[in-house]
Amino acid sequence: MLAPERIWWKPLGRLEKTWLTVAFVWCIFLTLMMPLWYFMGKQNVPTETYKISGADFSAKVNAFVDQYKVGEETLNGVTFPVVAPPAGSDVYLRASAWQWYPILQLEVGKTYRLHLSSMDLQHGFSLQPVNINLQVLPGYDYVATIVPTSTGDFTVVCNEFCSLGHHTMVGKIIVK
Amino acid sequence: MATLAPTTPWTAGAKDDYRVCNVTTLKVDMHTERLIIANAVMAVVTLVLGGLFALLIALTRWQAIHLLDATWFYRLLTLHGIDMLVAWIVFFEMAGLHFGSTALLNARHAAPKLAWFGWILMTIGGLMVNGVVLFDAKSIVMFSAYVPLKAHPLFYLSYILFAVGALIQVITFFINIVVAKREGKVPGSLPLAVFGLMTAAILAVYTLLEGAAAVVPAFFWSLGWMQNYDPGIYRNFFWGFGHPAQQVNLAAMVSIWYMLAQMTVGIRPVNEKFSRLAFILYLFFINLGSAHHLLVDPGLSFAWKAVNTSYAMYLAVLGSMMHAFSIPAAMEIALRAKGFTKGLFGWLRNAPWGEPGFSGMVMSMILFGWVGGVTGVTIGTEQINMLAHNTLRLPGHFHATVVGGTTTAFMAFTYYVIPLIFRKELKLKSWAKWQPYVYGFGSLLVSLGMITSGLQGVSRRNWDITFAGVVPGTVDLTLAIFGIGALIAVTGGIMYVTIVLVSILTGPRVEPTQMLLLTGTHNPLLESTKLTDRDMELPKNQPKGTLVLVFAFLAWFAIYYLTNWWLLGRTWFIR
Repeated sequence: MLAPERIWWKPLGRLEKTWLTVAFVWCIFLTLMMPLWYFMGKQNVPTETYKISGADFSAKVNAFVDQYKVGEETLNGVTFPVVAPPAGSDVYLRASAWQWYPILQLEVGKTYRLHLSSMDLQHGFSLQPVNINLQVLPGYDYVATIVPTSTGDFTVVCNEFCSLGHHTMVGKIIVK
Repeated sequence: MATLAPTTPWTAGAKDDYRVCNVTTLKVDMHTERLIIANAVMAVVTLVLGGLFALLIALTRWQAIHLLDATWFYRLLTLHGIDMLVAWIVFFEMAGLHFGSTALLNARHAAPKLAWFGWILMTIGGLMVNGVVLFDAKSIVMFSAYVPLKAHPLFYLSYILFAVGALIQVITFFINIVVAKREGKVPGSLPLAVFGLMTAAILAVYTLLEGAAAVVPAFFWSLGWMQNYDPGIYRNFFWGFGHPAQQVNLAAMVSIWYMLAQMTVGIRPVNEKFSRLAFILYLFFINLGSAHHLLVDPGLSFAWKAVNTSYAMYLAVLGSMMHAFSIPAAMEIALRAKGFTKGLFGWLRNAPWGEPGFSGMVMSMILFGWVGGVTGVTIGTEQINMLAHNTLRLPGHFHATVVGGTTTAFMAFTYYVIPLIFRKELKLKSWAKWQPYVYGFGSLLVSLGMITSGLQGVSRRNWDITFAGVVPGTVDLTLAIFGIGALIAVTGGIMYVTIVLVSILTGPRVEPTQMLLLTGTHNPLLESTKLTDRDMELPKNQPKGTLVLVFAFLAWFAIYYLTNWWLLGRTWFIR
């Protein structure tokens, strides 16, 4: 709170130097972990993105559903098509207030190119209980290349506030 | 050795309107005093609103109680974010800036009218936004108001008024410093605390301009003057405001830590260069952290995300780790110099734990660093963010930093503002003694409950997670911990508001006579000026205990951080 003495630029003490060095090394380690995982790790944030209009994305979703639909299932009172695309293919999941469309059926250990986009507001793709979370924006086609490593029924929760029915926005991915 | 400035009139023969503080011997401009009081009053008003909303929304997320309906939950959550993250904190910071740029320099307030204009704009904006969200259901858009979710134009106008008002008050801080320098009030460098507040003020300018870049177009868009507003661009600018606003808190809070340590323990900064460099690191690097909110957004490259989220090279984190050493070390030296040299932690046992300024500062440091800082760096790591984005881990992190950290420190500081600035005797002193512990412990439980819920995938800003149908039973437990913590923290908040109101509204005006509130009549601030270079360098006074503490902190940091990489490695492959 008080004015310092006139010359305060003084060498650091031994303990300060020790801590500063250790802390700086830790910061470098933190920095290096990200590129290291980028090249070596299996879980990285997708970066592939295209600009797309809502109408164009919706047309792709509909064509995708028509091509690979294998059944229907009711979720929270609404009937959704269940779609089982072949391994390696482009898979579409459409977010709108307040549903994820359609229900996807995938195979464990296979690779898929999952396209995410929103028709209206911002939404949050939150795959549970796997706990992978991505932001979904209108106008952006966000492509995540995924490999399911576990089987079962997974829930897609919306975790970005999208107006008053937000908490009812729940979708489903089945992995066999 | 630092000295207190001599008391001389500001300008010979001029109509100076000031008083001299008995405790600090500093001159307090009456304009400054009134501006501090006005800003502090609005800070407490918005804290009361935000705290009431906090109680109601916490009792809703506590699934066993689930108090409010969905609309009211989202409405009050919107207001809770705005009142707490912006209004309470920024009003308090404005009080701090007026204090730092005048009283601490023995200088006058050079632009009181401008400052009052800023305060009026902030007050109108702050109250108006509460009205808009309470009465217009369309404006329930959360604190972040993500485009294309469209609120009423008055909602955006409130933000703009508040931000412009804040910017004006910040500008008066710079005017005061320049005028003080010109009038010879600052012969050498600024005091460390003012240097820290200057850091906060510079960060605030950047923050508020970014806020304008986000919200002004949103205002035009809500009026229909602008057709399209790209949601990705909005997010970029909004978080250029939203996150740096919290970095302003950080710089202000650290300055307050230094002040409280000096006021209660009588520290002398161990090395001014070390502490100032740490502030400089904040200045240059901390605002890159805005990218933390965009880590799983479409359209941005790995390199952009990694460079920004790491504050270039975790250099802002380095700044915090430097303060985390230098403040406890200065306290350790000051206490050891008083003769508490036994063992590694004898000084800590003999610290003034009954003094709210000390206990509040320590609670704030622990919650901010050990909980908020560690979890923040971890979830702000590019890849790990996929596990955490928009889950309750995020509010878990920032309730540790902003509530447990900043708010606890600001509350503790208030107890000294009441006698020194309001010139009222602090009442309910025994409450004040316990309040930092109650509030800190409640905040700790809130954060832990949120973080552990988020680790299980529970999303934030969600009225009822049972719809998701995937919730494991342990979530009920962790959400209950969050709820109980909220009840305790709200109790601490009520204690604080009661102490402040009873002190200010009852009893006559009295000139302050002592610095410490509860633990003695000595004046640590004056004692700090008597610490000699020899005291600082004596081997038995060296801060060895602090070194042990910071290494323990680093070990905990490493464990938490690496555990999260392990968790990430277990999930689905994604690229």
